[in-house]
Amino acid sequence: MAHFILLLHESPANWADVTPEEMQQVIEKYRAWSQRLVETGKLAGGHKLRDEGGRSLARRNGSVEVTDGPYAEAREVIGGLFVIEADGYDDAVETARDCPHLEFGGRIELREVEPT
Amino acid sequence: MEGEPGREVHGLVDGLFRREAGRMVSVLCRVFGPHNLQLAEDVVQEALLRALREWPFHGVPDDPRAWLVQVARNRALDLLRRDANLARKVPLLREELDGGEVSAPEAFFGGEVEDDQLRMIFTCCHPEVPREARVALTLKTVGGFGVPEIARAFLAREATVAQRLVRAKRRIREAGIRFEVPAGVELLRRLDPVLEVVYLVFNDGYAAASGEAALRADVCAEAVRLAELLAAHPATASPRTHALAALLLFQGARLPARVDPQGGPVLLAEQDRSRWDRGMVARGLAHLERAAEGEDLTPLHLEAGIAAAHATAPSYEATDWPYILSLYDALLAVKPSPVAALNRAVALSMVEGAGAGLRAVAEVADHPSLAAYPLLHAVRGDLHARLGEAEPAAEAYRRALELPLSEPDRGLLRRKLEECGGA
Repeated sequence: MAHFILLLHESPANWADVTPEEMQQVIEKYRAWSQRLVETGKLAGGHKLRDEGGRSLARRNGSVEVTDGPYAEAREVIGGLFVIEADGYDDAVETARDCPHLEFGGRIELREVEPT
Repeated sequence: MEGEPGREVHGLVDGLFRREAGRMVSVLCRVFGPHNLQLAEDVVQEALLRALREWPFHGVPDDPRAWLVQVARNRALDLLRRDANLARKVPLLREELDGGEVSAPEAFFGGEVEDDQLRMIFTCCHPEVPREARVALTLKTVGGFGVPEIARAFLAREATVAQRLVRAKRRIREAGIRFEVPAGVELLRRLDPVLEVVYLVFNDGYAAASGEAALRADVCAEAVRLAELLAAHPATASPRTHALAALLLFQGARLPARVDPQGGPVLLAEQDRSRWDRGMVARGLAHLERAAEGEDLTPLHLEAGIAAAHATAPSYEATDWPYILSLYDALLAVKPSPVAALNRAVALSMVEGAGAGLRAVAEVADHPSLAAYPLLHAVRGDLHARLGEAEPAAEAYRRALELPLSEPDRGLLRRKLEECGGA
């Protein structure tokens, strides 16, 4: 078993017309999804990333420049991440495939963690 | 670990987001003023979205409602702090803004929520708001329904619904409509449009040709809720309000028996009456009693009386048809309508026979508003079938099938057509 990270990329523009009922349904789907993972011992963690206050750091002309962002209004931001256990990419894809994050046009980047 | 995604065990109450959206928009509309209705809606949408984006990681909070209210309230305070113009108009929040003790959310979303919802309904149904927008605006702001849902329930285009809502909100701003339940003479003038909208919400949900039974049931349930809300408040609890509540409760009680397990329609004559909601019928009867207080005898009273006669009848055959017929006669006398006349013809056929029913149908058949009304031909077909006249019955069902119909209704008519050998 190896750890995989699901990076949840989201596009705020997709939320304008989401109805309250749809939101509640997706939350229920998340509940079912994460409960299934917990029961099968596949869920290793998850973090919601704060929307505000991001910083970008880069070395430019010999010194580190810090800029604000990315902003929540950006076309696409990483809203959060889950860590799962899986038996290789095929297995991990099967778990990520049902993640309700995909309901509103979000994108999931799936990456295997290099074992230490 | 900071996030414990699996910790939540309890689910959310059905319709919680929709209901809370309606409540919070109403409260925020009072706080910001109705000219800022869009702002109120934005704040609520933000709060719900935050739940959608955080709860998957942290789990559903123990008190989801309090969580949503807290987030909406903080966001509203934030906006008021940043916008002095906005804040000047809401003395209610001055103390909190001046850095005073920040009160519990109750100061914001306290026991007055029902009153705010009533104020919101009166705002949405104000005579200045275009009539065709009132139903959608009420469902959106008071009921928490989304534009796509409203469009689906009423078979309208999403863009059309959205445009109507934008225009209605602009009208509310321009006309300076106040956020209040009117009183005195003003109330007399403004209550009828409100009752009309609640009636239309229910009717459109009840009759919509769309196949989405669940959504339609939700729309009907919202109309029942609004009618009971109006009937429970001293300012709006007039006899006609009670009549409306009774009517909707009687009709709503029958909803569970109206569709078969395949989603097909079940006609009143064939419904399993044990599936009618007895609790709703009982509430309906209580409202009907209150409706009879005073001299008021409106079309709503008569319609409620008809619905009550059906709701309390042990079977289709054992229904008090002569009484229903007399109520239809009274209804047609005060509010003539070809659809009511058609229903009267059905009642007449149960009293005097199918032949008399057919003659009554013939009298209304040429009415232009029934030209594309499939039920006219379906009723004609049924009456001919009862007389054993297979060929005219088949001809009538075929006429009905040429008109726009939902798939389930189409299936029902095809079966009838087969039964009289005309398939």
